[in-house]
Amino acid sequence: MSQTQIDSSKRTWLIASSCAGAVGGVAVAVPFVSTFQPSEKAKAAGAAVEVDISSLKPGEKVTVEWRGKPVWIVKRTPEQLAELPKLDSQLADPESKRNPAEFTPPYARNEHRSIKPEILVVVGICTHLGCSPVDKFTPGPQPSLPNDWEGGFLCPCHGSTFDLAGRVFKNKPAPDNLEVPPHMYLSDTKLLIGEDKKA
Amino acid sequence: MAAYREFKEISPNASAGVKTMNWLENRFPTAFDAYKVHMSEYYAPKNFNFWYIFGSLALLVLVIQIVTGIFLVMNYKPDAAKAFESVEYIMRDVPWGWLIRYMHSTGASAFFVVVYLHMFRGLLYGSYRKPRELVWIFGCAIFLALMAEAFMGYLLPWGQMSYWGAQVIVNLFSAIPFIGPDLALLIRGDYVVGDATLNRFFSFHVIAVPLVLLGLVVAHLLALHDVGSNNPDGIEIKGPGKPVDENGHPLDGVPFHPYYSVHDIFGVSIFLFIFSAVIFFAPEFGGYFLEYNNFIPADPLKTPNHIAPVWYFTPFYSMLRAITAEMMYALIACVVLGAGYGVLKAKLPGFIKAGIVVAAVVVIALMLSIDAKFWGVVVMGGAVIILFFLPWLDCSPARSIRYRPSWHKYLYAIFVVWFVVLAYLGVQAPSPIGERVSQVGTLFYFGFFLLMPWWSRLGTPKPVPDRVTFKPH
Repeated sequence: MSQTQIDSSKRTWLIASSCAGAVGGVAVAVPFVSTFQPSEKAKAAGAAVEVDISSLKPGEKVTVEWRGKPVWIVKRTPEQLAELPKLDSQLADPESKRNPAEFTPPYARNEHRSIKPEILVVVGICTHLGCSPVDKFTPGPQPSLPNDWEGGFLCPCHGSTFDLAGRVFKNKPAPDNLEVPPHMYLSDTKLLIGEDKKA
Repeated sequence: MAAYREFKEISPNASAGVKTMNWLENRFPTAFDAYKVHMSEYYAPKNFNFWYIFGSLALLVLVIQIVTGIFLVMNYKPDAAKAFESVEYIMRDVPWGWLIRYMHSTGASAFFVVVYLHMFRGLLYGSYRKPRELVWIFGCAIFLALMAEAFMGYLLPWGQMSYWGAQVIVNLFSAIPFIGPDLALLIRGDYVVGDATLNRFFSFHVIAVPLVLLGLVVAHLLALHDVGSNNPDGIEIKGPGKPVDENGHPLDGVPFHPYYSVHDIFGVSIFLFIFSAVIFFAPEFGGYFLEYNNFIPADPLKTPNHIAPVWYFTPFYSMLRAITAEMMYALIACVVLGAGYGVLKAKLPGFIKAGIVVAAVVVIALMLSIDAKFWGVVVMGGAVIILFFLPWLDCSPARSIRYRPSWHKYLYAIFVVWFVVLAYLGVQAPSPIGERVSQVGTLFYFGFFLLMPWWSRLGTPKPVPDRVTFKPH
């Protein structure tokens, strides 16, 4: 190209058509990227689950599946409940003040993080990277746990520990307490997980 | 480039073979040129040592993975309800299916063994230094693509480790402030890892990432052949003033074919001995190549008691685990020290120093306000991304370790030891001591690279010879 003469009207049209082409290209990307979103079927699969807890004894846990996630229902003993306030100083967020809208519905914003003091309902998914913590209900020294362990949950992936109200201990990778899912009592022994009274 | 060429006529008395080749060359000269440029007239330094085998081996493993992968897809079903079963079907019912599957699963680990050694060779001999920066960058991109490929492939057998490994890694993205949770949802295509996730990972694993990988491998090789190979002495064999023979070929080089092609076949034979031994006698490799928990079908309600990534990801996984709220204070101290040094000691204009202070304050504010979880992800990603910058971090006057001050060798040895320690800790269950050690290791890893512009200049390099050191056998 030895000629330095620039045809500015040609250049204007070149730029304009390139821009139009780029807009078209981006527009075409939209449907492709959109296919990555959850399908209508996946969105519809979030129905609430009913659980009968009449046979649950103090100190026991049952796991039910809700939206593909494990939901734990733990019936705590009076001793375990009495232990909870004593742990406050070791916890990252004892009063569930961080992101309450996401992790703790209003009816669980209390000492025991539950509607009925003894019944804990939490999503059994660690708030760090989504592993499911394992039960460590027996107090006392044991591997991967502190010597003054009072019972709770241990995440096997990165060692986060939670107390029996699903509250995370300080200096652990998990930032938040375990999520309390929306839930309500249909009767004294029937729980509905996935819906609460407001909804 | 492909200008008009004279049609080459040859004697009608020539042999059938010569005539065929002439017929082809007249119609497809590009192929003949490529053969010369990349094989018969690609002059590589004659002083290569055994470290130079791993590039060819990586190419071989890539071919093994593609071929075995094609055959696995013929019997595999990317469906959450059938995936686990179909892998067991390949293992038990498909004739020789077990062999193809073990070749593929062992191939994945072999790929990383070979690539880590290949990268370490680059580190030893300064193969990333000018003018080979792009060769190195393409190589790092290949490493990244390989990690993506391995990670997505690991979900496909739909075992417990597949499931929970994918759950953890996809959730890493949700740690990004603001867009994270939606991004993780977009990757999974469901609220938890499920059928949608399996299907898209399958698509990426068999089509998208391999295409990218092949493109990058071509770019890596073309860029390498444009600038020429480095060698253990780290000195150029081509260019102005370099000795050449009467045909203008470098005296210190030999044509890749037949010298290095034959040499590589020998290396390939040794590699295949070891590779076959693993496939036939230890395909699970004590739970390191195929983890035992992955022989249990995926269960979204129960995480296995001990989950760990496959061995090749564990150094980076350790660094992820090392970033706790406590560790953040150590990192903040590092930022303060770095900024303090920049302001007090470095000879820089005032406005740049002001910029350093502002940047440090902003970074520290972010470090205090965003969870350690996010910074863990940043550190893990940064550990890979930092490799891309190696060509500009290394300021040593000598390219090869051979002519650097002797203590550099010890420093590299300590680096390797830390890398192995981090890898070891990554497969272990979390423990307080392990956490501390991995935090020290993480600081060492980043210190090694980030302080390289300083330490690589220290000491007196040994005299670098004009010609490569080579003893004919």
